[in-house]
Amino acid sequence: MNNWNKQIADMLADGTVALVIGYEEGSTPQKTRPLFCHDAVAAERLVMDGRCTHNLAVYLTKKELLPAEGRIGVVATVNVLKSALQLMQENQIPEGRFLLMAVGPEGKLTELPDAESLRQYIAAHPLPDNPEVAALIEKIDAMSREERWAYWQECLSKCVKCYACRAACPLCYCTRCIVEDNRPQWILPWASTLPNIEWQINRVMHMAGRCTGCGACYAACPLHLPIHLLTKKLTQEINREFGTERPAKGNVLSTFSPDDKENFIH
Amino acid sequence: MDENKAAFEPRIIAFVCNWCTYAGADLTGTSRIKYATNVEIVRFPCTGRIDFMLLLKAFAAGADGIIVSGCHPNDCHYTSGNFHARRRWIVFRGLLDFLGIDVRRIHYYWVSAAEGAKWAEVVNQTVAEIRELGPYTEYKKVANYIEETEAAHE
Repeated sequence: MNNWNKQIADMLADGTVALVIGYEEGSTPQKTRPLFCHDAVAAERLVMDGRCTHNLAVYLTKKELLPAEGRIGVVATVNVLKSALQLMQENQIPEGRFLLMAVGPEGKLTELPDAESLRQYIAAHPLPDNPEVAALIEKIDAMSREERWAYWQECLSKCVKCYACRAACPLCYCTRCIVEDNRPQWILPWASTLPNIEWQINRVMHMAGRCTGCGACYAACPLHLPIHLLTKKLTQEINREFGTERPAKGNVLSTFSPDDKENFIH
Repeated sequence: MDENKAAFEPRIIAFVCNWCTYAGADLTGTSRIKYATNVEIVRFPCTGRIDFMLLLKAFAAGADGIIVSGCHPNDCHYTSGNFHARRRWIVFRGLLDFLGIDVRRIHYYWVSAAEGAKWAEVVNQTVAEIRELGPYTEYKKVANYIEETEAAHE
């Protein structure tokens, strides 16, 4: 048993936390899966390594999964921390409710109790940019407009509208989504090319300036459609147009500057 | 080819704000200025209210071009609606271009209530440019895939 497992077992035993969300061994050696620890015994099963790719922050807004009372611990990866911080900035989770914890290389447990400590930890542990994603975006950018349309049409025609991309994303937390509204029916419910494209445009536009780039949408897609390229591209555009700094409260599209520049409104 | 282009009358949907461009278009009429009749105007309280889905729906319903127009910056009736809209259009335009949707078909203008002559000019200009581009068949094909598939089987 690792030292940090023991620490978490103690926290569960003495009631510091009522629940700990983390990862355990998955059904194959290559995979881990999310684990909800309600008692000290279960804490032995917690693992943390490079195989932990699910974004656990998705559970933080799911009230039905969490105990009504007490603090909730999360053994988090940097991606989870980034999403949790974004949720705090959007007033979706109260600061004191969750105790986020990061496991260092030597099994050292770091407690990150508030937004400020999260911000510092994330700044100190930058994630490398995925060169494959950047290369794919460059490849699509280099295409002609007609080729891009053909590429996305072909790609998104395969979408089966399972909405796994929505379910896996910690920032897609609306309890009522545009695709379930039928007065008016903005997006036709069946899985055909145009409604699929419209759904992705909506998903991505609602993520504009909020997406933390964890790639959970792509990882969840049963057809491995490269939908994370859309959010990534949008993030690149926003960084270029409005800078890499994000507003501390609200988000890029709910704020503005009178000096915003464009070259297409005449 | 050129004959076909001359015969093609583009269908333009204009999303305009109530306070500036709609009033401006009114002024165009009361000033007896003649302009292209291809445009169908949809009035909104503010450019900030113009959801990006409306643009996509216009294309899906057969529009060949779109005009989005409202108050000049700092002239918004609600103070900041057009500033919010401007940010949204900047982001949206980048995304549409990445998806291969023809952004040349969406024209954005600021037209104030006093700019009746400008409204006539921007409509004429948009109609001329869309006429040059031709009908937006690639989007219509995807939007009407059932009809298209059935026609292909017949």
